[in-house]
Amino acid sequence: MKKLLMATAAVALTAGTAFAGGHAKEVKLGIIFGFTGPIESLTPPMAAAAELAMKEATESGMLLDAATVTPVRADSTCVDASAATAAAERLITSDKVNGIVGADCSGVTGAILSNVAVANGMVMISPSATSPALSTAEDNGLFFRTAPSDARQGVVMTEVLMEMGIQEVALTYTNNDYGKGLADSFQSAFEGAGGSVTISAAHEDGKADYSAEVGALAAAGGDLLVVAGYLDQGGSGVVRASIDSGAFDTFHFPDGMYGALLEENFGSEIDGSTGQVPGTDSPGAASMRAMGEANGFDGTSSFVGESYDAAALIMLAMQAANSKDPADYKGKIMDVANAPGEKIYPGELGKALEIIKNGGDVDYVGATAVELIGPGESAGNYRQYKIDGGKITTVKYR
Amino acid sequence: MDFLNALVALSNFVLIPAIAYGSQLALGALGVTLIYGILRFSNFAHGDTMAFGAMIAVLVTWWFQSMGIGLGPLPTALLALPVAIAGCMLLVLLTDRLVYRFYREQKAKPVILVIVSMGVMFIMNGLVRFIIGPGDQRFSDGERFLISAREFKQMTGLREGLAIKTSQGLTVVVAVIAVALLFWFLNRTRTGKSMRAYSDNEDLALLSGINPERVVMYTWLIVAALATVAGVLYGLDKSFKPFVYFQLLLPIFASAIVGGLGNPLGAIAGGFVIAFSEVTITYAWKKVLKYLLPENLEPSGLVQLLSTDYKFAVSFMILLIVLLFKPTGLFKGKSV
Repeated sequence: MKKLLMATAAVALTAGTAFAGGHAKEVKLGIIFGFTGPIESLTPPMAAAAELAMKEATESGMLLDAATVTPVRADSTCVDASAATAAAERLITSDKVNGIVGADCSGVTGAILSNVAVANGMVMISPSATSPALSTAEDNGLFFRTAPSDARQGVVMTEVLMEMGIQEVALTYTNNDYGKGLADSFQSAFEGAGGSVTISAAHEDGKADYSAEVGALAAAGGDLLVVAGYLDQGGSGVVRASIDSGAFDTFHFPDGMYGALLEENFGSEIDGSTGQVPGTDSPGAASMRAMGEANGFDGTSSFVGESYDAAALIMLAMQAANSKDPADYKGKIMDVANAPGEKIYPGELGKALEIIKNGGDVDYVGATAVELIGPGESAGNYRQYKIDGGKITTVKYR
Repeated sequence: MDFLNALVALSNFVLIPAIAYGSQLALGALGVTLIYGILRFSNFAHGDTMAFGAMIAVLVTWWFQSMGIGLGPLPTALLALPVAIAGCMLLVLLTDRLVYRFYREQKAKPVILVIVSMGVMFIMNGLVRFIIGPGDQRFSDGERFLISAREFKQMTGLREGLAIKTSQGLTVVVAVIAVALLFWFLNRTRTGKSMRAYSDNEDLALLSGINPERVVMYTWLIVAALATVAGVLYGLDKSFKPFVYFQLLLPIFASAIVGGLGNPLGAIAGGFVIAFSEVTITYAWKKVLKYLLPENLEPSGLVQLLSTDYKFAVSFMILLIVLLFKPTGLFKGKSV
């Protein structure tokens, strides 16, 4: 009897929220980023961008029945899964949010997804989790990301190298989840495309001397050395030791190795080296920068555009489903993000909401040229560059 | 031709780096062994003393560079070396006055002094980070190479390149000079002889009128000079980062113990034994063997005994083997 009562109550509750879904004056969106912890310097502009998108939708008066969108911030800590889970639990049960922008780091994002979001049927759009493991996570169609998976970078890297006619490379990676994940995805993509990786060796960050590591890499040989490391850490040490010992003089750099230090430390010593870094020549990036300036945050900081896009996608999907209930709008996210439809750039949310209200179709491009593929993650846009005369020069966007 | 190529590849990746690294370890181990021989405790603060001396050298080098003073092809850090040695001497004398002298007067057991030196280590560690920060600092300048790999290939027409960095050449030269000076001092001067006498038998030395405080002071001065030279050479050759000097403590102690604690000759031999084992065991021999072996015997794998991640484990293993089978070290030192 008791069980029956509980079940009835639960059914009544869910039904209640479903009914309330369609016509409400208030929409609440959770923003769960690591406001404390290792990426605390990145998160304030990210959150500001997401809130800017919400403000824009509120002011347009076009969302649902002229609903107000209220952001609710929570701290994911980036590294502490239990703290992040508790924060997300609070967003859903006590703040009663209708969607979540976040989380940020891959580890806590996975924890919130499996422990809270799936259990409560809540939609999450992460702007910055790039772990390939999240592509296959059990998500009931609730999880999306506006950042590309690192697996995608492995494929892009393979295309770049294959186009240059490079068949044999040595590979070294920084010994952590990022380095290992990227190295593995690159190796499988490269070997799948007919290339061969002569050696895949880890290097530890923060050592003074990498000549032993380079000795092993040189013994294995290859046309060039792929360095999946960090520019201000061991990656630079490996490059330096390789140049010094004459083991390699051309390299390929994934995103962690991109930065002004590359020109400063090595200059023309690494002429002919190549690399790729997330980036787009879409006009959205420029308007994001301008909007950031106008609202007092840095629109070019990492994952800021992705955060704006994540918040925008949730609201556009709500409009398309004419409901703020995650169960209703989760299926609409892919529709609003991809073609066909009118292209929408940052700052045009009002226009987009109006088009959808009038029964039209939108293709949200946003700040980062969003194109959701596979299990709902960004296809990713990369800028391919080359070191020429000691300067980083853009080859093309892909 | 193949034989020459093999030899060049071996020199480039094994012999030259190991000789430079061995010289740096030997200088560090000499400091540890002197403290052990004369003050009778294992000085855990030695790595951070090196870091402190090197830090002063870095700061002074930057100052010289900003004024445009340099040595042409040689690194400016050589000019800064005397200042750095003086600064480091000041620091160790100060710690001796404030910390170690108290325990010496108490006739504290060596194990207590070891723990005290660990405390000193943490203080120095913090001091260095506080002044210069925990990050990487670049201070090398001048000509980078004596011979660069590309020039060597053009010169000889061999397939393998040989690179000798200025810092590597400098390391060996400076280490030889420092060791020669040290041995001359210990064997030929009155103070050196009294230091050895004090080390051999403290009571007998005191009876014959040797002033212990003077011996202790000279020991610290020499140790500070050796530590600074080792620290600066290591920083020039690799890079300056406080944490790295802390990590260097293990191979340095391993060298001193392998050679025989308290025996200066042993410290030098120990430094090279550790350096060569670390490098040869973690080197991938594929390239060298490919030149030497006939085609059908060419290895397909990397022929690497241990991955480079285990570099420090090599020092540990040698340390264990020596302590188990020859506790006094290769040269007759004091047992630990």
